[in-house]
Amino acid sequence: MVPVIILLAPLLGAVICGFLWKQIGERTGQYVSTGLLFLAAVLSWYVFLTFDGPTQHIEILRWIESGSLSADWAIRLDRLTAIMLVVVTTVSALVHLYSLGYMAHDENWAEDEPYRARFFAYLSFFTFAMLALVTSDNLVQMFFGWEGVGVASYLLIGFYYRKASANAAAIKAFVVNRIGDFGFALGIFGLFYLTDSIKFDDVFAAAPKLGTTSLHFLWSDWNAANLLGVLLFIGAMGKSAQLFLHTWLPDAMEGPTPVSALIHAATMVTAGVFLVCRMSPLYEFAPEAKNFIVIIGASTAFFAATVALVQNDIKRVIAYSTCSQLGYMFVAAGSGVYGAAMFHLFTHAFFKAMLFLGAGSVITAMHHEQDMRNYGGLRRKIPFTFAMMMIGTLAITGVGIPLTHIGFAGFLSKDAIIESVYAGGSMYGFTLLVIAACFTSFYSWRLIFMTFYGPRKGDRYAHENAKESPMVMLIPLALLALGACFAGMIWYGSFFGSEEGIAHFFNLTEGAAPGTGGIYIGEENKVLEAAHEGPVWVGLSPFIAMLIGFAMAFQFYIRRPDLPGRLAANQAPLYRFLLNKWYFDEVYDLLFVRSAKWLGNFLWKRGDGDVIDGTLNGIALGAVPFFTRLAVRMQSGYLFTYAFAMVLGIGLLLTWMTLWGGAR
Amino acid sequence: MVGLEHYLGVAAALFVIGIFGIFLNRKNVIVILMSIELMLLAVNINLVAFSSFSGDLVGQVFTMFVLTVAAAEAAIGLAILVVFFRNRGTIDVEDANVMKG
Repeated sequence: MVPVIILLAPLLGAVICGFLWKQIGERTGQYVSTGLLFLAAVLSWYVFLTFDGPTQHIEILRWIESGSLSADWAIRLDRLTAIMLVVVTTVSALVHLYSLGYMAHDENWAEDEPYRARFFAYLSFFTFAMLALVTSDNLVQMFFGWEGVGVASYLLIGFYYRKASANAAAIKAFVVNRIGDFGFALGIFGLFYLTDSIKFDDVFAAAPKLGTTSLHFLWSDWNAANLLGVLLFIGAMGKSAQLFLHTWLPDAMEGPTPVSALIHAATMVTAGVFLVCRMSPLYEFAPEAKNFIVIIGASTAFFAATVALVQNDIKRVIAYSTCSQLGYMFVAAGSGVYGAAMFHLFTHAFFKAMLFLGAGSVITAMHHEQDMRNYGGLRRKIPFTFAMMMIGTLAITGVGIPLTHIGFAGFLSKDAIIESVYAGGSMYGFTLLVIAACFTSFYSWRLIFMTFYGPRKGDRYAHENAKESPMVMLIPLALLALGACFAGMIWYGSFFGSEEGIAHFFNLTEGAAPGTGGIYIGEENKVLEAAHEGPVWVGLSPFIAMLIGFAMAFQFYIRRPDLPGRLAANQAPLYRFLLNKWYFDEVYDLLFVRSAKWLGNFLWKRGDGDVIDGTLNGIALGAVPFFTRLAVRMQSGYLFTYAFAMVLGIGLLLTWMTLWGGAR
Repeated sequence: MVGLEHYLGVAAALFVIGIFGIFLNRKNVIVILMSIELMLLAVNINLVAFSSFSGDLVGQVFTMFVLTVAAAEAAIGLAILVVFFRNRGTIDVEDANVMKG
């Protein structure tokens, strides 16, 4: 019963706030939806802390019955779901609370315009869709949630619908996600085709067989598990903004900052990681698909980190950072250490949501200025926000005591991933992740130094009037800071640290069938053990990379503030390459947007204009008048002509009747 | 001996003359009326010939009706012709092309 309440409370909040705010008042609507979210969050923590034992199925309603396709709307409650419940409802509840302050005044709307209730209804609806995704018991239900969060994301990115750029960003997010969803849908079709069921239990039970089945697709035969694994991962790439399908995430920052924190940092974008972990029984039999995941994940982590080095918009830096951290999670999942992936997902949700909310607090203080070049010296003006951002940065860069398990959340989870990928045997992934860790440290500290240290730059009026945000925005920051500090240390053993801990946490038993526990680790998968026994330098490497990044940022932005400009001038092509995000948008514009536009233009001008309209016009203006003129000439008006035609007709008729007609 | 064929031959000849009278004539509407009359008479000859050939009087009775109708039709036709002449001042067939498309 408790999971049902958790699932439906946000929906209730969305309905009340979205449809009834006129009756109960906008303010009450906001309080109701926030209150329901806090209820869900408290219950989620209760479920997370008390959950123990095997997977539970809680059926809510019969949903689809069609031939052999049968899907119930049911909640699958296992450890994976419990983790996601906590992440989603906690961040969502805190973002709701934060939004009470953040959305109280908005210069995009007139004083008397109602927009707050709509915002809260969207937020609550998003939370419901996300919960539907993580609690789903079959693939179609998951797809429903998957698309539901897509819709909510679209609505919230385009929340300021009077801004053309916001609308463009919303459409871009939706369209790019469609490409990924196409792969996801193909994966679902394939699984149904081969296992005749979309229930997770049946699919997981059939997973070992899929590993030895071959499937004909795109003119050749593939190993079914690998093919379906890759197709599902393409869906995850779209949702989690992995390389080639990542372009929507930075643009999604057009939405209000709480949205960025909730959807585009902590929850929705991690749905892809969740999908891969959820399908771990399938991936355990799909080694090539896992390699593909490692390569894409590591490349994304590296690529996004390089771009984040030079961005100037505070939200864009954090957006690319999110992209990069998602790459880390995928690398862990692809290496076969799903616990580490979920661990990083869990800790990342806290510190990244906190960084975004902190950035929102800075932006509010600076009167909606987002360019970091116009910040500087803010630590005295907004000390609390500064402290929180500091904790978030310590967490994301991975500060801790090396070779122990004491440190900020990101320290433990990132180390876990880097040890895993080394043990998994991918030197490509390992190298890129360590370099990305160095870059992560650099751009995170760069953000801190540019924002909070140094001389004041930009608008003097904004600096003089900068003041701390209200309590309602600072409390969520403080609560998330708790998670960013301690979540890693508390759950290290359960997610990654000890094999018994993991086995108990995820309910794994030796030799159990796929699908009995929260995740599945194959018989041959010994990466976790290898990761624990990896060499010392592997464990030290991310810490050293972090120190290098910090030292460089300190040198660049505190001791020699003239260096970045000179370096950018020296390495102008490289700088422009990074500043323009590796020209991904431009290349896509050239390859896809222009060609699609050209095709559309061609079909419009040539296809519709010339062929369809041309045919009709040709008939109407050419053939019809031609035959009309012939007919007109026949109408001489003389009686004898008509009589002649009549006689001729009778003659022909008679001839025909006598020769071939009924007369014979 | 004059047989059925001869009567039919005369009737056919009259009919064709009537037809050609209609569409070869370019001068006079009265000629058209006369041609129609000719065609009707040709048909009447056919009816009478077959009636006498098969010994059935119905054909000849029918001929009487046709003659009556033809007389009425000729009267109406001439009346229209008079009105036409009053309106147009001519009864030339060449000039009667108001229906030209």
